[in-house]
Parts: sequence; C-alpha cells; structure tokens
Amino acid sequence: MSERRPPGLRTVARAVAWRSIHNYLTNPAFLVPSLVFPLFFFVSFAGGLSAIANVPGFDFPSGYTSFQFVFVLLQSAAFGGVFTGFGIARDFETGFSRRYFLAVGNRGGIVAGYAGAALVRALITWAFLTVIALIAGMNVDGSAGELVAMYFLAVLVNLTATMWAAGIAMRVRSIQGGPLMQFPVFLILFLAPVYVPLDLLEGWIHTVASVNPVTALLEAGRGFISGDPAVAGLAFAIGILLPILFALWARGGLRRAEAAG
Amino acid sequence: MSSGLRTQVGQLAHRSILRTLRQPAQIVPALIFPLFLLAVNSGGLKDATNLPGFPTDSYLTFALAVPFMQGALFSVMNAGTDLARDIETGFLNRLALTPLRGAALLSGLLAGAVVLGVVQAVVYLSVGLIAGAELAAGPAGVLVIVALSVSITVAFGSIGLFAALRTGNGEAVQSLFPVFFVFLFLSSMALPLELIQTDWYRAIATANPVSYLLQAFRSLLIEGWDIGELALGFGIAAALLAIGMWAAAAALKTRLVRT
Repeated sequence: MSERRPPGLRTVARAVAWRSIHNYLTNPAFLVPSLVFPLFFFVSFAGGLSAIANVPGFDFPSGYTSFQFVFVLLQSAAFGGVFTGFGIARDFETGFSRRYFLAVGNRGGIVAGYAGAALVRALITWAFLTVIALIAGMNVDGSAGELVAMYFLAVLVNLTATMWAAGIAMRVRSIQGGPLMQFPVFLILFLAPVYVPLDLLEGWIHTVASVNPVTALLEAGRGFISGDPAVAGLAFAIGILLPILFALWARGGLRRAEAAG
Repeated sequence: MSSGLRTQVGQLAHRSILRTLRQPAQIVPALIFPLFLLAVNSGGLKDATNLPGFPTDSYLTFALAVPFMQGALFSVMNAGTDLARDIETGFLNRLALTPLRGAALLSGLLAGAVVLGVVQAVVYLSVGLIAGAELAAGPAGVLVIVALSVSITVAFGSIGLFAALRTGNGEAVQSLFPVFFVFLFLSSMALPLELIQTDWYRAIATANPVSYLLQAFRSLLIEGWDIGELALGFGIAAALLAIGMWAAAAALKTRLVRT
C-alpha cells in the first residue's frame, strides 16, 4: 500500500484561502462592512472635504477626489489585512486552527492561505471602490503602467497588514486581540498626510508625518494617479521591506501558536 | 415619582454606574479614540481655516465639537452591550420575577451613560482648552457643554437599550457602531455646512440632525451664546431620547415576559 504524501505548501495555502474566501463571500456580516466602510471614508473625505482643494498652496491637478481615493485605497488595503487577522483569531477561538495544525505539516502554507484570502478580499473592495470613484467623477491622469504601480503598492500594504495582524492573532489566539491588530494600523494611517499634502502640514503632525513610512506610500500613490510619479523608489523600497519584516513577525507568531498546541 | 419607583431606579442606577466605572475597556476607548482623531484632524485640517467664510481661525476649536458626538456614539455601544449581556446571562429574566417596573429598568440603566457623559465632556473640554481651543461662551458655557453632552449621550444610550432589547445579542449591538458612525461622517463634522461644495453631500448633511448637534457645541465654542442653536441642539437630543425610550419600552414589553 503506497503511503499518501502530505500536502505541500501550495495545496495547503489554496485550501485555507478557499475556505476564508468562501466564508467572506457567503457571510454578509463580513462582506458588507468591507465594502461599505471604505466607501463611507471615500464619500466623507472626497465629498465632504472637497473645499480643501481651494486652500492656498494645495496643488493637486487631478482634483481632491483622486487625492483622497489613494488614501482610501491604501486604508482599505490595510484594513483588509486586519480583518483577515480577525478571521485567524476566530479560527483559534473556535478550535478550527487546531484542526489545520493537525492536518498539515507545512504550516507556513496556512499563513500563506490567509494572506491569499486577504488579497482576494482587498481586490474585491478595490474593484468596488474604483467603480464608485469613477462614477463620482474621479480624474485618472496616470498611465496604465502608473496605475498598475499604484495598485501594486496597495497589494504590498495589504500583505504587510495581513502579516502584522496574523502575528498578533497567532500570539493572542483570541478575538480580544482585535484592538491590538486594528489600533496601530489606524494610528499609522492617520498620522500621514491624509487631508492635505505634506508641505501644507504644520507643527507636530508635520514632524510625525515626515518620518511615517505611510507618507511615502501615499505620496507615491498620489503621484501615480496624477501621472506625476514622486518618491516611487522610496515607496517601493518601503513597500517591499515591510512585508518581509512582518512575515518574520508572523512566523514568530506561528511558532508560538504551534508551541501552545 | 413614588418611593418604590425611586428605590428601583436608584438600585439599578447604582449597579449601572458601578458597572461602567469598573470597565476601563468601556471608558478608555471612549476617551482616547475621539481625542486621537481630534489631534490628527486639527493638525491635518488646520489649513481649512484659510477658506473664505470659515467661522474661526482655530480648527482645533471648530473640531472640538466632534469628540462629544463620538463619545455619545460610544454610549450606544456601552449601554446596549451591558443590557445585552444582562439578557444573555439571564439577569433580565430574573428581574422579570420581581415587581420591577419597566420605566425603572430603562432609567436606571441609563445612569451609567450619564456618568460616562460627564466624564467624557470634562475630559474632552479640558484637553481641548489646554491644547489651545477657545470657549467664547466663557465659564458658564462649560456647564452648558457638559449638560448638552450628557443629554446627547443619554439620548444615544437609549437607542443602544432599544437595540439590545430588540436583538438580545451583544454582537448585534456592536455591529450597530458603524451605522451610527455613518451619521457622524455624513454631517458637518469637518467643514461648516455652507462650505461643503458637493451638492448632494451638503443636502444630506443639512438633513442630518447630527450637524445641528455639532452646531450647538460650536455655537458655545466659537460664537458665544446663540439661544436658537442651543435650543435646536437640546431639542434634537430630547426628541432622540423620547424616540429611543419609547422604542425601548415597546421592545421591553416583549422581552420582559412575566412568568
């Protein structure tokens, strides 16, 4: 009798991703907020604050809607990762993760599967958000290549946030770790130039935003959508470095979860 | 109020207040989160004061009204979640075995929201003034701001009670938080109504009662004493409370089944 080979990383990742995506798409409690939240941020910022474009010194030719779209895109990328962390924590609470651990030898595949699901989730949100933004009259002055670069930055942000949240979820192994996953992400996003460009910020918020890595990602994204790329090299360096660092953080969490049994 | 009813309200109010004070997880986010957003928004949107027609040269003063509303939104969660827990643990069913009146239960449960409202108002105002916000109405304005904050917190708390009684589930109450946040977002939260350029957004914000609650706070902070703005703010809070209590009382009749 031939012995059955244990499933490889790809098989495990695909199975975990499929289950997470299925849960996401079939449960309105998961699907609706992930679509509605970014939309409300976008509507509130782009609609309610459009007069900010008239502030002296504000110079963004593509308009305030495009300016805010990039922030909401990166924000939804980050929160897509955080919400996936909630799902991981829930799997630990219900004992489903234990079944995953018993079933597979290559547990890195479990994390990869969650990351894949987070990306699919984010792609659905971005498609929805982009359509709404275009209907709302968003100007896109960047080339196709620049737009691909903007969305790729968002993918890197999504991956970073997923690894961060997964690291927390696998350490805390309870949904009570939710605020710990969410609040730092919220903090770092809003300590960037959200409403006006960096040059127009003053005081402590300018100092903080100047050293905040999200600022470079945001400025690069805004540069891409307006067809005037700025700090792209720095943004991609940060965008590639962060997922690597947080993947190590997530691996540490996985080891802790394995040790806890 | 009869002495029996007073005793019932007192007992439940005491429990509600202790419960609120003993849960830092309820108080801390309700204080920290709005203050964080105040810090970020007042820094990030400072240049909005350069727009022609902006009512003050201090965005911090303008934005200081927002934490009071955010704090009130937290009271929906806190009051609702506490009551939902009472339902889930069977405490409400035990109360049903006593001669407790529905009015006493609802009033007593809102006592925690009153305490939270006072704490929030004092903290937000103190931090705002220390950071450099102005208070055009002067020292007497502090009392009115606290009173307005408590009125709104209790009004929103009554909606939380209704949600808890209707659903009987803490998670369902928690899921209402974003819904109420939408009301805040689609208001004159970031700019005065007259400066909102997008027509449909201005139309929604004009119809949204939250804009007038914010304006009541802003009238005290920026203009001084505007009786019309204050009357509108207190009136909306009273109307919300009346609707919330009426809906909660109706839901309580179904929930508090006498045996």
